[in-house]
Amino acid sequence: MTDSLSVLTLFFFSIVVYSIPLLYGTVGEIMIEKSGSLNLGVEGTMAIGAVLGYIVGCRADSLFVGMMIAFISSALVGALFSFLTVTLQANQNVTGLTITTFGVALYYFIGNGLGNDWPQMGSAPRMVNSFSDMEIPLLSDIPGIGKIFFSHNIMVYIAVGIAVLCWIYLNTTTLGLELRAIGENPGAADSMGINIPLMKYIHIMVGSGIMGLGGLYMGLNMGGTFEGSNCWINGYGWISIALVIFVNWNPAMAVVGTFVFGFFNTLRVYSGSLASTFPGLLGWLGNIPAQFFSALPFIITLLILVVDSMRKNKKSGQPAAIGLNYYREDR
Amino acid sequence: MKRFLSLVAASVMAVTSIFAFAGCGATTEGSDSQSGSDFTVGAIYINSQNDTAGYTYAHHNGITTAMNDLGLDPATQLKIVDNVPEDDTAVANAIDQLAGQGCDIIFGISFGYLNAFNDKAAEYPDIAFSHATGYLSNDTNFNNYFGRIYQARYLAGIAAGYKTLELGNNNIGYVSAWGTEYAETCSGINAFALGAKAVNPDAVIHVNQISTWGDQEKERQAAEVLIDTYNCCVIAQHCDSAQPQIVAAEKGVFGCGYNSDMSEQAPAAHLTAPVWNWNVYYQLAMETVMNGKQIVPEIGNYYGGLTEGMVDISPLTGNCTPETAEAIDLARNLMVSGEWDVFSGTKLSFSGAAGSVTVTMNDEDLKTNDGTVIVAAGGPSVDDGVIQGSMNYYVEGVVAE
Repeated sequence: MTDSLSVLTLFFFSIVVYSIPLLYGTVGEIMIEKSGSLNLGVEGTMAIGAVLGYIVGCRADSLFVGMMIAFISSALVGALFSFLTVTLQANQNVTGLTITTFGVALYYFIGNGLGNDWPQMGSAPRMVNSFSDMEIPLLSDIPGIGKIFFSHNIMVYIAVGIAVLCWIYLNTTTLGLELRAIGENPGAADSMGINIPLMKYIHIMVGSGIMGLGGLYMGLNMGGTFEGSNCWINGYGWISIALVIFVNWNPAMAVVGTFVFGFFNTLRVYSGSLASTFPGLLGWLGNIPAQFFSALPFIITLLILVVDSMRKNKKSGQPAAIGLNYYREDR
Repeated sequence: MKRFLSLVAASVMAVTSIFAFAGCGATTEGSDSQSGSDFTVGAIYINSQNDTAGYTYAHHNGITTAMNDLGLDPATQLKIVDNVPEDDTAVANAIDQLAGQGCDIIFGISFGYLNAFNDKAAEYPDIAFSHATGYLSNDTNFNNYFGRIYQARYLAGIAAGYKTLELGNNNIGYVSAWGTEYAETCSGINAFALGAKAVNPDAVIHVNQISTWGDQEKERQAAEVLIDTYNCCVIAQHCDSAQPQIVAAEKGVFGCGYNSDMSEQAPAAHLTAPVWNWNVYYQLAMETVMNGKQIVPEIGNYYGGLTEGMVDISPLTGNCTPETAEAIDLARNLMVSGEWDVFSGTKLSFSGAAGSVTVTMNDEDLKTNDGTVIVAAGGPSVDDGVIQGSMNYYVEGVVAE
């Protein structure tokens, strides 16, 4: 048994490593929902970005190329969603579900189709190297905190960076405010002269692209192996949609929200370690059935939803026009 | 003209029906009734027939291998309904569909299919029904089948035990989908622990239970916890993906996979993996039905092990210590000859260097990890507990984390 401080450190380190895909998914979905569109296709969008980004990244032996392809391919999925729901005015819920089915199926189709030609991560040493943990000078020397927050791979920092940038964009820039206006009241935004279809297209595509990066992260984190009946994304897309509500449509809060969510999710595998390291304080963790830990993140989400619906004050970040297609002629 | 046409049609129908009856007569008269060409096999899968790894893949591979060995053509003579959830109505519909396609035997591979199989076996008495991992059967056309995978687990445990001795570290990690809730997982853990302790009596098996059959992230994370916080030097697993082995390789420790030879995914870490040879049973079942015999009592409920070749371990890799192969052969011989089995009141103990490994048999209580005696010293094996589901405890040396 390693010493108690390092068990705690490893526990929190693990939370960060496994929660980051949720941050990508959540921030991407916030960008989309702020434009008034509800995209339930997160799971499928992430799957497509993951599989294409991974394969091309491996072939090119470059993390940068992989990230670009993941972003672009998922953005194209976003363009498809935009075309269907903005241009053709299709139902957003149904379209999103279709994207999920399509994306996950495409993941299997490509993986099974490649068979033995599926690229192994070991064949791309430079990409693996770019994805390996890097310690930020000085900050990573802080005991505990340094390991937990400042010795991760580059995509962890990029995720946090994107979340902060999105927060600044939505709250301080003119374009960001215009976007929020569309989500709240597209009729009013239209009368201000904002090009609603263009804004929706751009933000749905960018949001989807961000999700694609999260998908690629998952694939790389799992060593890039393709398992025939198990998708890398494995429900994280759905959790991201729940997290958007959990963090009240605030990209900066998403950083905290994913960490809290990851805490409960990671508790399941760490409960035994924590219980035996701190028998007095946390010994009770060992007596809780594992099934309870599996359910815990979802119980928390449920509680948040209930509390959120009771609150109903002006502080809710939910765009008023979410899920509604905008017909200029209906105005 | 119309009358002439109907006359022609009627005579054609009459002639063909005579031939058809004659055909029927021929097949029922011949004692080795089914010639290979019209024998049809049905299969119901929980996942996709196109899987490239995992549980459904293992069964699909077993069925097609058996068919090829018997000279049957899987492309035309195998009817599959896949992605069937464990829901009675869905399974019943799949069976109806396969029965309509003229299947002579129908295999169902997932535990939750059992009730639908039980009902439909009574409805279609002329079709043989065979269900994996369940416990229901009847006296004529419905049996269940499983394998003594715990025997292979024991052998893998020996390989792990030698590795712990070599590394001077008694901590073994075990990533398990479930724990004592399922006899299937719990018996695997117990057999593995007994095998490891037969070599290294001080070995401790730390079990990290992830409570789901398929979740790669959790499998990876659980293996990381075992290595990082328990200092485990060998990682065994009872879960679908190769993530625990990949993590072991990344962290420079060793591991025993499951279901397939995971040397492919983790060449630097892998020792050996317990594997299934489902084709052994599938071939036996198909042959029995092709020969016009009833699946019960001809086969009955099937529970094959090392002796039948139903289970085995993948070839030992160069990561194993030199003594491993000899010790495994000794244990294997004892099991194949029926002289000894894993869950009995007799424990094996291996000693000696490579080239002169010896095994001794000591009568000792089989105890749970809280000290309850399951089998008194010298008592018979309780391997039935694995299929009857009564094994719901961990043996000595296992710690649930």
